[in-house]
Amino acid sequence: MRGSACSSAWFSGIDMNIIVCIKQVPETTEVRINPETNTLMREGVKSIINPFDMYAIEEGVRLKEKVGGKVTVLTMGPPQAEAALKEAISLGADEAVLLSDRAFAGSDTWATSYTLAAGVRKLKEYDLIICGKQASDGDTAQVGPGIATHLDIPQVTYVKKIEEVKDKTIRVERMTEEGYEVIESSLPLLITVVKEINTPRMPSLRGLMRSKQAKITVLGVKDLDVEATHLGLCGSPTQVAKIFTPPARPEGEKIEGTAEEIAVKLAEILKREK
Amino acid sequence: MDYLFTEEQKMIRDLCRQIAREKIAPIAAEYDRSEKFPHEAIKIIADSDLFAIFVPVEYGGTGGGVLDLSIATEELSRACGGIAVCYAASALGTFPIVLFGNDQQKKKYLPDLAKGKTIAAFGVTEPEAGSDASAIKTTAEKKGDYYILNGTKHFITNGGEAGIYTIIAMSDRNKGARGASAFIVEKGTPGFTFGKKEDKLGIRASVTSELIFSDCKIPKENLIAKEGMGFIVTMKTFDMSRPGVAAQALGIAQGALDVAVKYARERRQFGKSIASFQGIQWMLADMATKIEASRSLIYSCAKMIDSGNTNVAKESAMAKLFASDTAMQVSTDAVQILGGYGYMRDYPAEKYMRDAKITQIYEGTNQIQRNIIALQLIREAAK
Repeated sequence: MRGSACSSAWFSGIDMNIIVCIKQVPETTEVRINPETNTLMREGVKSIINPFDMYAIEEGVRLKEKVGGKVTVLTMGPPQAEAALKEAISLGADEAVLLSDRAFAGSDTWATSYTLAAGVRKLKEYDLIICGKQASDGDTAQVGPGIATHLDIPQVTYVKKIEEVKDKTIRVERMTEEGYEVIESSLPLLITVVKEINTPRMPSLRGLMRSKQAKITVLGVKDLDVEATHLGLCGSPTQVAKIFTPPARPEGEKIEGTAEEIAVKLAEILKREK
Repeated sequence: MDYLFTEEQKMIRDLCRQIAREKIAPIAAEYDRSEKFPHEAIKIIADSDLFAIFVPVEYGGTGGGVLDLSIATEELSRACGGIAVCYAASALGTFPIVLFGNDQQKKKYLPDLAKGKTIAAFGVTEPEAGSDASAIKTTAEKKGDYYILNGTKHFITNGGEAGIYTIIAMSDRNKGARGASAFIVEKGTPGFTFGKKEDKLGIRASVTSELIFSDCKIPKENLIAKEGMGFIVTMKTFDMSRPGVAAQALGIAQGALDVAVKYARERRQFGKSIASFQGIQWMLADMATKIEASRSLIYSCAKMIDSGNTNVAKESAMAKLFASDTAMQVSTDAVQILGGYGYMRDYPAEKYMRDAKITQIYEGTNQIQRNIIALQLIREAAK
């Protein structure tokens, strides 16, 4: 239940429904590319929560601790993505929902955000959706904004601080290359967050115990209000033609000598390469 | 070796390992140099519920036993013996309340200790009362509803930083050892101040201070158990806490071995890695074997205590003795394997060696541990 409007910032008792969307990704420090097929070698590679999503979880939990409410983590993925959801619970999330169905396989960012938006709708009440700014494997930064678009709600990307939450509005700082913008928005809102926003906590023993016993809600195509043609590989407008490792750049040439000698040599090279 | 941990114990191990690797290892050298109290690390340990594991469930803890605490202390010590002892010493200060406190005392103090809102310390040692704890001079004189404490404790781990102190003082000097009593003293009590802060060889992230009692008036409700129970409280507390000190030594030894193995694989001399030399291999093998033997002894002893066995003085002394001697030897060998680099502060090996030394000294010197073991042996034979 939402409380009545109030004048003070960080009004506790607002009871926000916060949804954090996360992705399970291969631990990038260990990823290798198969030189023959140019695809990711995922065998034996540890899966982790996308590092940027750790900031999203932390911010959701901090917000809940300040204003009250509930944090639900949501992901789309194979059954093993449950591990990522359980880890989120150990970090303070209350509930977890996994969208898992063979029909979702091969989704691009459009189909993924379409499916996640359907998952959010299924959860009905929500005030704020938090996503990491991008995933460490795809690096597209498209899924967060995609979800907001599919849900037809406002979005603020690259949030570095939540300044204030009132009953029906929120004020955030959005990082830009030059500085930051202060944006006030109505709720519900989707934000994507950057690593400057917080320092994620360590799991707690009680959180780990809770996560061990947590029941993960698993939803498939039949549970969601979705068009089958918008799902998975077939529903994805993006078709990957080829993945390849770019050829290594040839070694540069180092010009040595006194300043004058270097200048002469450089001029010669520039003339030659003209 | 698989020690058949419960799910919860595996969680404690993995959680502590993660905290040690990600949060403690990066700051260990800095705190060793500055000798500042590691508030930041203690907060992380508290927020992760690790101070709850030695407190019963009904008082806000998770009700873990000595094995849980040993696992946590070992993993934290692997990254820094100094930071780990701040944690373990709080358990030491808490045990008297858990073991002998009445319900009112437990309700008042344990929930905050379980949350890590404050930490505890245990005060027995005095300038003239080390191994001979019966020589303590601090007095507790009863006056109406109060006890008046006078005297000085020294070498007290967490002194000045802890909020709750368990203090052993003589309530009746004429009765000798039977005249000692245990009291809970809160930081901030008038007449209770802190003296010299020690400059130590190792475990420098931890604070070791003097506690000064000068007509310090504490309510009679703060007496633990009964008057005259002070030494029993002390001995039973040490029986419980010795596996923890042993686990600290074990963690230090394991940390030193980790450093030595890594270095031996990377360091190349005479055209090959030094790990390929049998001289190094045999050292590493001996180090690892002694560490595993320590671990088996500590875990077995901890399980014995957790199963309710109270007759553990011998086993508990053996675990502390063996693990701390092992830590000293293994960390010295680790320095040897790193050679000149091992001697330098830029490398982590020498810190393990400095941190290891204290484990042979505190909570009963290893000579006292041998006395305890021998006394038990002779008693058993006389039966």
